[in-house]
Amino acid sequence: MIRLLLSRLAQIAVTAAILSLCAFLLIALMPGDPIDLAIAGDPRLTSEDAARLRALHGLDQPLMARYLAWAGTVLQGNFGHSRLFAQPVARLLGPALWSSLQLLGLALVLAIVIGVGLGALAALKPRLAPAVQGLALFAQAVPSFWLGLLLIILFAVQLGWLPAGGGGEGGARFLILPVATLAFAHLASYARHAASALATAMAEPHIRTARAQGAGESRILWRHALPNAGVPLLTLAALDAGSLVSGALITETIFARPGMGKLIYDAVMGNDFNLALLALLVVAIVTMLATLAADLAQRWLDPRLT
Amino acid sequence: MKTGLTLLAALVLAAIAAPLAATWLGHDPFLPDLFNRFEPPSATHPLGTDDLGRDLLLRLLYGARVSLIVGLMAAAAATLIGTVVGLLAAWRGGWLDATLMRFADGLLALPALPLLVILAALDPAVVGLPRGEAAADILRIAALLAAFGWVGVARLVRATALSVLARDFVRAARALGVGEVWVLWRHVLPQLAAPIAIATALAVGGAVLSESVLSFLGLGIAPPAPSWGNMLANAQELVFQAPLAALWPGLAILLTVLGCNLVADGVARRR
Repeated sequence: MIRLLLSRLAQIAVTAAILSLCAFLLIALMPGDPIDLAIAGDPRLTSEDAARLRALHGLDQPLMARYLAWAGTVLQGNFGHSRLFAQPVARLLGPALWSSLQLLGLALVLAIVIGVGLGALAALKPRLAPAVQGLALFAQAVPSFWLGLLLIILFAVQLGWLPAGGGGEGGARFLILPVATLAFAHLASYARHAASALATAMAEPHIRTARAQGAGESRILWRHALPNAGVPLLTLAALDAGSLVSGALITETIFARPGMGKLIYDAVMGNDFNLALLALLVVAIVTMLATLAADLAQRWLDPRLT
Repeated sequence: MKTGLTLLAALVLAAIAAPLAATWLGHDPFLPDLFNRFEPPSATHPLGTDDLGRDLLLRLLYGARVSLIVGLMAAAAATLIGTVVGLLAAWRGGWLDATLMRFADGLLALPALPLLVILAALDPAVVGLPRGEAAADILRIAALLAAFGWVGVARLVRATALSVLARDFVRAARALGVGEVWVLWRHVLPQLAAPIAIATALAVGGAVLSESVLSFLGLGIAPPAPSWGNMLANAQELVFQAPLAALWPGLAILLTVLGCNLVADGVARRR
């Protein structure tokens, strides 16, 4: 278990290093650097000034040396300054990550509760199974940013019940629409998998034994079938982590909610690539750690997996 | 399966028939008509007009051409790359298999959207592509989506190819002295038709969805060329004046993705 954990952590570190190198090189190859921007902003700067500034900031060094210098400072915990927000990057990342995790956590819980509930309904009442399958198929196809837009139009513009966007310290009212949007996009796959996992679990011999011993249907479902169906659901959660994070990022952008997604989008739009790069790395590492956590939980639930 | 194919066929037909509809209705979907802004649905404008007085139905149909072409191109490229990689990994095994699959795992573990956002925002002029033309945008977005889309295909193809390569008829063919390339082409590939079809159908839906997200964020197909994504971006700015304009492009994306998922489901069930 410890060896597995260590090797997976090493894998995450390697992936993050490769990702940061690729992203750094791509960005460095773009025409125009901060000095060019400075020249554009101040016509009195001569080309000698520009060369001197480039040498001062190390921009005349070869790409690999620049990457290593950047990676070295980041590893020392110095994330540098955001040109766009005129603040240290570290101070921007903390609150944004917290806000994104709130949205993600609430949406995930809601998606699992409703999804597993629908799946249980389909597994226990075969008459309802086609309806649940149809609903899941439909929900899976709804583009989540469109759903968010429709919810804004209905609840914020037409009815005026809820805020259309914003948030941060604003409280629960700002969370309702984004959480609903994100949860709806992900409930479908949980419903489909829960239905099939529960159907498999309910056909096992130990369920028949429990029934023969006189256990009630609801006790059978909760005590005997669901724990067995939990493993495939955790597999799904591990596989789904990346798309859940992607979904959270677009949901944030639609609802103008300050979080990692909006931070990356604003940074990209504002040409602040140091911020974009670091925010991307944080998101990628958090996603990979979440996947790892789901994997470990799955092994803990089912010791047969090694 | 039938419903899915019918849906997709109807969408493709609508996209092909877009110029016909334009002549029939007598409007130009690209020409602003400032005397007819925000027209409600009527006989001349079946879905009404947008903020520049352009017919919404026609823009939806022309948008179908862009969105579907991006989706089909990205899915075709992803399928091709994924099939080659998956087949190669299963056939060679060893370190090549390990390297390719580790790479695929790494790519799959990353959240795709923020990566796509950053990559789509990079200046296309760096790699020598012209900037801001619709055709260049289409190629750029399709290439980006294919660069992420091949992973799912490769994993599915590899898993199935491994089991096919271990079957008796492959060993028999090899024993008869058939060349390795011919074994893969003639004996292994046909057995992979179903998983490849499933992966392709899912890839088309995924690519249409991703394209619309990128265009919605202003990083995909740039206006005035219509795509379902940038029509939704436009509609988002006009939620007060024309709330209905947000309905149709999203519905079109929904039907496309639904059609693709139904086809994939149907193929999977037939096996």
